[in-house]
Amino acid sequence: MIVELGHFFLLLALVVAGLQTVVPMIGAARGWRGWMALGEAAATIQLALLSFSFAALTYAFVMSDFSLRLVTLNSHTLKPMLYKVTGVWGNHEGSMLLWCLILALFGAMVAWFGRDLRPTFRARVLAVQGSVGVAFLAFLIFTSNPFLRLEVPPFDGRDLNPLLQDPGLAFHPPFLYVGYVGLSTSFAFAIAALIEGRVDAAWGRWVRPWTLLSWLTLTIGIALGSWWAYYELGWGGFWFWDPVENASFMPWLIGAALLHSAIVVEKREALKAWTILLAILAFGFSLIGAFIVRSGVLTSVHAFANDPERGIYLLIITGVFLGGGLTLFAARSAALEARGVFSTISREGALVVNNVLLAVSTFVVFIGTIWPLIAEMLFDRTLSVGPPFFNIAFTPFMVALAAVLPLGAVLPWKRARIGRAAQPLAGALALAIAVGALVWAVQTGKSALAPVGAVLGTWLVAGAAVDLWQRTGRGTLWHRLSRLTRIPRADWGKAVAHGGFGITTFGVAALVAWTTEDIRVAQIGQTYDAGRYEITLLDVQRIEGPNYLSTMAEIRVERGGQEVVTLFPEKRVYPVAGMPTTEAAIQSGVFRDIYLVIGDPQDNGGWTVRTFIKPFANWIWAGAIIMALGGVLSLTDRRFRVAAGTRKTLGTDPVPAE
Amino acid sequence: MRSVLLALMLLSAPAAALEPNELLEDSALEARARDISQGLRCLVCRNESIDESNAALARDMRLVVRERLLAGDSDAAVVAYIVDRYGEYALLRPRATGSNLILWIAGPVMLILAGGLAFGYLRRGGAALAPDPLSSDEEARLRRLLDDEG
Repeated sequence: MIVELGHFFLLLALVVAGLQTVVPMIGAARGWRGWMALGEAAATIQLALLSFSFAALTYAFVMSDFSLRLVTLNSHTLKPMLYKVTGVWGNHEGSMLLWCLILALFGAMVAWFGRDLRPTFRARVLAVQGSVGVAFLAFLIFTSNPFLRLEVPPFDGRDLNPLLQDPGLAFHPPFLYVGYVGLSTSFAFAIAALIEGRVDAAWGRWVRPWTLLSWLTLTIGIALGSWWAYYELGWGGFWFWDPVENASFMPWLIGAALLHSAIVVEKREALKAWTILLAILAFGFSLIGAFIVRSGVLTSVHAFANDPERGIYLLIITGVFLGGGLTLFAARSAALEARGVFSTISREGALVVNNVLLAVSTFVVFIGTIWPLIAEMLFDRTLSVGPPFFNIAFTPFMVALAAVLPLGAVLPWKRARIGRAAQPLAGALALAIAVGALVWAVQTGKSALAPVGAVLGTWLVAGAAVDLWQRTGRGTLWHRLSRLTRIPRADWGKAVAHGGFGITTFGVAALVAWTTEDIRVAQIGQTYDAGRYEITLLDVQRIEGPNYLSTMAEIRVERGGQEVVTLFPEKRVYPVAGMPTTEAAIQSGVFRDIYLVIGDPQDNGGWTVRTFIKPFANWIWAGAIIMALGGVLSLTDRRFRVAAGTRKTLGTDPVPAE
Repeated sequence: MRSVLLALMLLSAPAAALEPNELLEDSALEARARDISQGLRCLVCRNESIDESNAALARDMRLVVRERLLAGDSDAAVVAYIVDRYGEYALLRPRATGSNLILWIAGPVMLILAGGLAFGYLRRGGAALAPDPLSSDEEARLRRLLDDEG
């Protein structure tokens, strides 16, 4: 009964989304208040309907209702409760329902928190948001309905893919979806602004929190996915340039560009058309990502294997929204005149450089991702584009970005002199070069990667510190320190996020340059050296888990005769899904991870053991989380919260009386 | 029941990635083998190099790479040997030849284009801030106009 209600409410939500698209749009065009106001009610009702629908599906998973096809295919009675719940979105249909739910949530948030937007503008934003909802709800209901029943329910389910039965991956999709879907709100703001032909500082201020929210959740989602790949796939890789990873990385890069250009719109009323274009493209890349992940046109490690019908439908959605948005942009962008003027050397100029680098690097990722398709269709060449290409073609843009960032961040608005602006950064630069030289000296004879990473990382972190310190103005040390607490949160957010980027940059370079590995057959009781550590394989046992069988090794790690840790790497088999997984045992440290993997038994009675020492691994994800934290700090800035109530916002113009 | 599951487990246990018995004695040669393997795709896998893959085919390819190295082939010759047998698809780093040139130059070309556009935009921004001095023709015309007024 509950499941049927869920199904029914899902259909109702489609009808409500349809109303939300049409009625407020007409109301805004005609100036009918009642019609415009319907958008808010519709957005809230749509959220309520979809929440129930989602809860009903979760209920079916929790109760192991195998009369639902989806539950049979993705669950099992023996599965731990946590994964019964997360299994709801561990598959195509359920994750699409979550996608629609989040879409409705963002629509409702615009309705709730957008009270001070001009009513016509708010109505149009809600209408566009509604139209995205219509597209995805129709896609969900007609091609991937999660509520389909089985005529003869089986006795038990087929279990969730064991790789997904993991805390890191269980919570990775919801974060990603909030990011992807949140960009639809920026898109809706852009389309509404194009329809009205008006973009001003208030628009920039309005669109920024939404973009910031999507970007920071995308950051967390991507970091979780990368962390999962690191500990789950059994050899400690953290980024594979896989089509599905790229699908999440492209909106992240464009979102970062949008975040920065919206600042220029808000503070200087320039770059308006470009910012609108970025908002359209950012959501466009979200859609392209959904297409890549769910259509199966590009083979990937983590894609939901899927049928072409869905692919075509998603391609149509992408075409309509991206094509429609760009057409509208081409027709209306000339109306968006810039007001603020500035010279080439200025904060605005630096932000333009930031945007060029981020946009071109996104383009490189995009063309690398789809090139196998293009080559096959146009040139009849079957080929692969893998990590070696992206490492060469993409990395230089990030190096350039990191090199100019600290300077750009301290340039004054409007017009600047580089020499004068750069003066306070001299210390940061000297420190960076010193650290780089030190690293170079210590690691004689290895690649230049680690020293470059060290220089850039130090430069970014020290540069962010200088940026913050500059904001405290003049005075005694004590005064300046006390002023640090009163700096607006957005400035703290900026410095923290830039510092986080530095930490990630260093972590990536150090991990790639300094990882050491040892692969060998070890007999039980045997001790061997790996780097500065002595490793002893103590025992190997077979163990039964709740829904898996495990081969678990006990391995002692010592350094200079002192025990560091004893680790238990496993190899598991999930009999229901018939799939093996490796569970590496990792001792995480600030400066290095010890990463152990147990392999197969050998004929001579020994076991294959892989030992990796991975320096600074955690810095990669710590940096990402710090970047996201910077986003949170910015988001909680007073100016965003009070902006809604001040007279500067879009809400000032009263609607003309009829 | 348990023994059935155990049997199942042993059957489905995959041959893991690079095994100790595949390693070459000569560490310099082995390092070259690793480098080459990381640039070759496991043909039956989804986007994994033969160095990372558990598949039997990947193991065969790793052994071929090591065999060729032992036979004295250069790195390029080993890669060419693999491409001859398995096709261009095996290369994770696509060759910069023919239509692939588009892929390789796309980034730099886009950077130049975008950089040019941005620079033009910035220059206009600068021009608006400090207008260009009038040309001599314009000066003359201005003077004429002012004279007419007077």
